[in-house]
Order: sequence, then structure tokens, then C-alpha cells
Amino acid sequence: MFTIDTLAIFYLISASLFILGLKGLTHPSTARRGNYFAMIGMVIAIAATLVNPAVQNYGLILAGLALGAVIGIIIAMKIDMKAMPQLVAAFHSLVGLTAVLVAIGTYTEHAAAGHVDGIMLVELGVGAFIGAVTFTGSLIAFGKLQAILSGNPVVFKGQHWLNLALGVASLVLIAQFYQQGGLMPLLLVTAIALALGILLIIPIGGADMPVVVSMLNSYSGWAAAATGFTLGNHALIVTGALVGFSGAILSFIMCRAMNRSFISVILGGFGGEDDEGSEAAHAANQGVKSAAVEDLAFMIENASKVIVIPGYGMAVAQAQHALKELTDILDEKEIEIKFAIHPVAGRMPGHMNVLLAEADIPYDHVAEMEEINPEFSTADVALVVGANDVTNPAAKTDKSSPIYGMPILDVEKAKFVFVIKRSMRPGYSGIDNLLYYRDNCSMVFGDAKEVCESLTNELKNS
Amino acid sequence: MTETITAAAMSPAIVALFIFVLACFIGYFVIWGVTPSLHTPLISLTNAISGIIIVGAILVTGSPHATGLEKVLGFVAVTLASINIFGGFAVTQRMLSMFKKKEK
Repeated sequence: MFTIDTLAIFYLISASLFILGLKGLTHPSTARRGNYFAMIGMVIAIAATLVNPAVQNYGLILAGLALGAVIGIIIAMKIDMKAMPQLVAAFHSLVGLTAVLVAIGTYTEHAAAGHVDGIMLVELGVGAFIGAVTFTGSLIAFGKLQAILSGNPVVFKGQHWLNLALGVASLVLIAQFYQQGGLMPLLLVTAIALALGILLIIPIGGADMPVVVSMLNSYSGWAAAATGFTLGNHALIVTGALVGFSGAILSFIMCRAMNRSFISVILGGFGGEDDEGSEAAHAANQGVKSAAVEDLAFMIENASKVIVIPGYGMAVAQAQHALKELTDILDEKEIEIKFAIHPVAGRMPGHMNVLLAEADIPYDHVAEMEEINPEFSTADVALVVGANDVTNPAAKTDKSSPIYGMPILDVEKAKFVFVIKRSMRPGYSGIDNLLYYRDNCSMVFGDAKEVCESLTNELKNS
Repeated sequence: MTETITAAAMSPAIVALFIFVLACFIGYFVIWGVTPSLHTPLISLTNAISGIIIVGAILVTGSPHATGLEKVLGFVAVTLASINIFGGFAVTQRMLSMFKKKEK
């Protein structure tokens, strides 16, 4: 009925639709269309596989599809946007586990039929390896993001040597698998890779989570590509390469935004919650000014331009809806308001944008770092809501600071800076923020949501 | 050997490698074009499309020679990949529908 070439054409169409889908994300106005393209691509790919003559039992496949659809859609509809990083970590782990299962199943089926060759064995071994690393690595990332596991880096002596040894052992096993096949080496590679996935992610601290999420995104792509090589399926190879590169580029962008090298992130040990650090900050608590919400409202009332700098603290306090109200009030009073987003604000790339969009804040009010930095000097008020390290001038001035060289938002250049903060506790990286001691900076202590709500009340009543 | 290099003469693995490398270039250029404000939907969309690994899961499950164990492996794999696909597309759609311009 359908020849292999016909099916290949369908896969080609589906891969092209995926490319167009990703291209759609160039701008918010074309993004939804892009998502539809990708959905159509997926339907075509699945349909082409179902009509493949090699597929003859449909019961279990349709049951699995239906079950997955119900679970997937329920999760997608219920998930809180704040929890997106956990969700994608969990989803990445599913891709990893699927890759492992497919590799094992494909091997036993082909071995029974007697057509396996050396190249295929290597591809299977590599596929199982990447899949297994993705699986457990993503589970650990999920645990850290969901706060089931501590966000502190877990480092022990000889860690990197252990990882290296496990990596070499995997290579040896894949080589053995290449020469003689057998289920045992494949399962052993999988087991080692499962352990390696855990070991690779535990040393990475909470502050580096945006990199981890992107990196695992990349791994899940490579896992799909490796499966594509085994099955000789070009749609899988193309998709895997696209996803793999997407994650890799995002990791690069995140590292650049923190002025860290990818290697130093992988080696880990950065960004634990440092109790001594908070003590030190407490001692230095002397030089900061504090302001009341009324003062803040007065300054905003008389401003012509306000820039808000949101951070993960905003999401934790769920202050974005109060900020939406602030936006509406200022729009009405014809005071310009903008939101400044640092690339690593939040826990995954673009996290803040989604949270602000969820609160109905129009995206033309939201600007990226390069775009907004020159504007701080013309702003009357900069309002920091739950952001910390990304505003720290120490990144520019203090060579001894661990974040020295990291590009930051030029918040201190605004005429007046207000920081809404619960206490003087330092941020994720445990570094004291020099911004707070600047002459033009005042702290408004309190819960971000409560402060923003009383701020909007003040403004409404005035 | 005077054989010319044609696709038919190349081994399937090399053809696959060709496609892979070229796709990497496409990925590189397309992804750099994605606006930073949509990086979260980018991750969830790429996550959804990496669910294409379901193709492998379907082939394992649907094979007429599949043993009981292989059917179980395959069924689990189809289900997991399906969660990824439906969940990934649905959550991407949900996020993208929130990105609005200022209403005039």
C-alpha cells in the first residue's frame, strides 16, 4: 500500500513542519501558528508510522496514545506557570526513559530476527546511554526545582574522577556490545548511564538551574536523534538535531548571561544557600535606607517613567497580578511603565515573560536586558520586585566578587531605586547586593504581593 | 575503485549522518532567531516535538514478532512519549495564548 519512499516523504513533510513551527517562535504574533504547524507535523509522523507495514498490532499502541493524551492534557491544563521548570524537567525525563525502552526493545526484536550489525549496535548503545542520562538527570533536576531535594550542590572528593571512570566504562561496554552484541552489555551501559545522570546533576546548585533545564532539553534532543540513527528514521534525526541545538544554544545564552563557562557550571559547586553569608549581610545591614509604601507611591505618582525589575521572588509571592494592576493604573495616569527582564531571571529561560504574560501584562511593556539598559538613566523610579543578583553592581566593580563580569541590569542609574524585599537575606548565589547601599536606593521591606497591592491601593486613592 | 559518490552508493548510516549535520545547521540558525521572551515556550515546544521518539515506540510495540516483554516495553514507551506530545503541545498552546499585545 505505502512504499518506504512514500512514508519517507511524509516524514520529510513532518520534519519541515517542525522547522517552520520553531521558526514561528521568532515573534509572539506568529508563535501560535508555529505551534499548530508542529502539531500537524506530529500527526503526520505518527500516521505515517501507523500505516508502516511493519506495524501490525494496533491495540496497545492506541491504548498508550489515548492514555498519554489524557494524562498529558490534564497536566498541561492544571500546571501552575510558576512550576513550568519542574514540568519541563519531568517531561524531559519521559523522553529519556522512552529512548531507553525503545533501544532495549529494538535490540531484542532485531536480535531475535537476526538482523543487527555493528553500526546499529553502537547506535543502540549510544541511544540507551544518552536516554538514561537524560532520564535520571531530569529526575534530579525535577526534585531540586520542586524542592523535594535540596537545591544545594552536592560535592564530594573524587566526584569528577568517578564520573570520568563511569564514562570510560560506558565506552568500553559499548565497544564490547559492538563486537559481540548481547543484552547484558546494553543493560550495563544503561545502568551506568542512569548513575551518571544523577552524578552529573547533583553538584549543580540552584542558581544554575536555568542552565540545567536547557542542558537537559538538549540531551533529550540528542536522545531522539540517536534513536533516529538506530531506526534509520530521518524525521527523528532532524527533530533530534533541532531540539539538541535548541537546548545547547539556550545553555550557551544562559551561561553568557551569568558570565560562567559551561564547564564550570557542569563541574558545579556554585550557588548553595549560604547561612554564613546571610549573617554577614545582616551585620552589614547598617547602611541601608528603608522606605514606606507611601513613599514609594508618592515617587511613582510624580514619575514620568517607571521600570520594574521582576525576579523569581515575584513568582514565589505571586505578585505579578498586583503588578498588572499597577501597569493599568500607570497607563491611565500616562506614566510610562516597563518591565526589564534579565536572561537568567527566574528558573528557566524566558520564565519571567511567561509569568507576566499570564498576568495579562502586554508583551510590548516587557523588554530584554540589552534593550532596556540604556533606558535606566532616563527612568525616575526603578522598582525591584524579587530580583537580586541580576541587579548587583558588584558584577561591574568588585573584581573579587564571584559574579564579577556578569552582565547586569543597570538599575542603579535610575533616579530612585526601590527594592521590595522580605529581609536582607542575600540571593541564590549568597552574595551581598551592593545596590542596597547606594544613596538613591531604598528598601521596602515586606512580602512582594502585599507591598504591590498596598502600592496600587495608595495610587488609586490619590 | 571508480565508484562515484551518489546517495544510492552511500551506506544508510552515512546518509543519516549527512541529514543530521545539515539539520544541526538549520537548528543553529532557526533557534538564534527565536525571541528571548519566548524561550520558555521554545523549551516546551521542543520538548513536545522530541516526543517524535514515539515513532520508535510504535515500531517496537506494533511489530508482529514482538514478545510479551517487548509489548510491555513498547506500551510504556508509547504512553510516556504520548504524555510528552500532548502535554507539551497543550502547555505550549496555553502559554502562547497568554502573550498579548496591549489592547487598544
